[in-house]
Amino acid sequence: MIASMVWLVPLISPRAMHIPDGFLSLGTAALAWLFAVVALTYAVARTNRQLGEKQVPLMGVMAAFVFAAQMLNFPVAGGTSGHLLGGALVAILLGPWAGMLVMTAVVGIQALLFQDGGLLALGANITNMGVVACLVGYYVYVGLRKVLPTRPWVNMGSAFAAAWLSVFVTSIACAVQLAVSGSSPLQVALPAMAGIHALIGVGEGLITVAALAFITATRRDLLESREAAN
Amino acid sequence: MSKKSWSIVGLAIALAVTLLSPLASPWPDGLERVAEEHGFLGLAADPLYELIPDYVLPGISGEALATILAGMIGVLVVFGLTLGIGYALRARRTEEGAP
Repeated sequence: MIASMVWLVPLISPRAMHIPDGFLSLGTAALAWLFAVVALTYAVARTNRQLGEKQVPLMGVMAAFVFAAQMLNFPVAGGTSGHLLGGALVAILLGPWAGMLVMTAVVGIQALLFQDGGLLALGANITNMGVVACLVGYYVYVGLRKVLPTRPWVNMGSAFAAAWLSVFVTSIACAVQLAVSGSSPLQVALPAMAGIHALIGVGEGLITVAALAFITATRRDLLESREAAN
Repeated sequence: MSKKSWSIVGLAIALAVTLLSPLASPWPDGLERVAEEHGFLGLAADPLYELIPDYVLPGISGEALATILAGMIGVLVVFGLTLGIGYALRARRTEEGAP
């Protein structure tokens, strides 16, 4: 009992951990930065053309919510926790391009102000949690909406699947970057990252559905204007 | 609910969520756990500088309060930054008179 509490002492603090510097080789970090900058340049151009008047306040609110929710680690299994990523949620509400900008603001502030995630590794964190999570979350949701009948519970099921898959694929992207960097071989990093994030993704799905249900109940027009734009 | 009051309620919810942050699970998250278990956690480099490390505002006694304050600062900063980005993108479009 005492031994187990002693073990906890150094761990008492919120445990959000994005990729720190040192996990990635310089080449991998530089390549990820390049990819992030190209994706964000495109995202700025697309957002500049498409951003609706209603969406600017929603961008701010979603950034605030994702930042706060990322601090709330929930226990998943065997002494491991997870927290909301939020990429699918913001992409479903704002589209992948504005969503990417929101996620970049969150991940960027986390690195610059809170030392959560390294500065060299920030390109990889933006690539994973901004670009990959938003694109996967958005296109899985929109794809499922197209093939499935439109019913409230079907829509929410689609959002759950999109959120789960966004976390799962993001964790695979991270595992590949770790492997390419030589930090952990792919046959180790891939099953480990994908396995634990398959569990964390369930929490992602539940929080995403709850947040969408709240927004649908209070401001149906926000979701409808988004869907009309598709 | 009007648009403006909805945004204020949304921001208030985000601020309220930070009140729960001291209750967050202290266990390592997915990436940290994998790094620990597979022996590459030690590769992590110390940050170049520290402002609000580990989401605990320095100089505040009481870790729960320091964590909540750090969270509120973060919420307000990302809210302001993202609104700024959004309005800047819209303003630029209006000036150019794009379709």
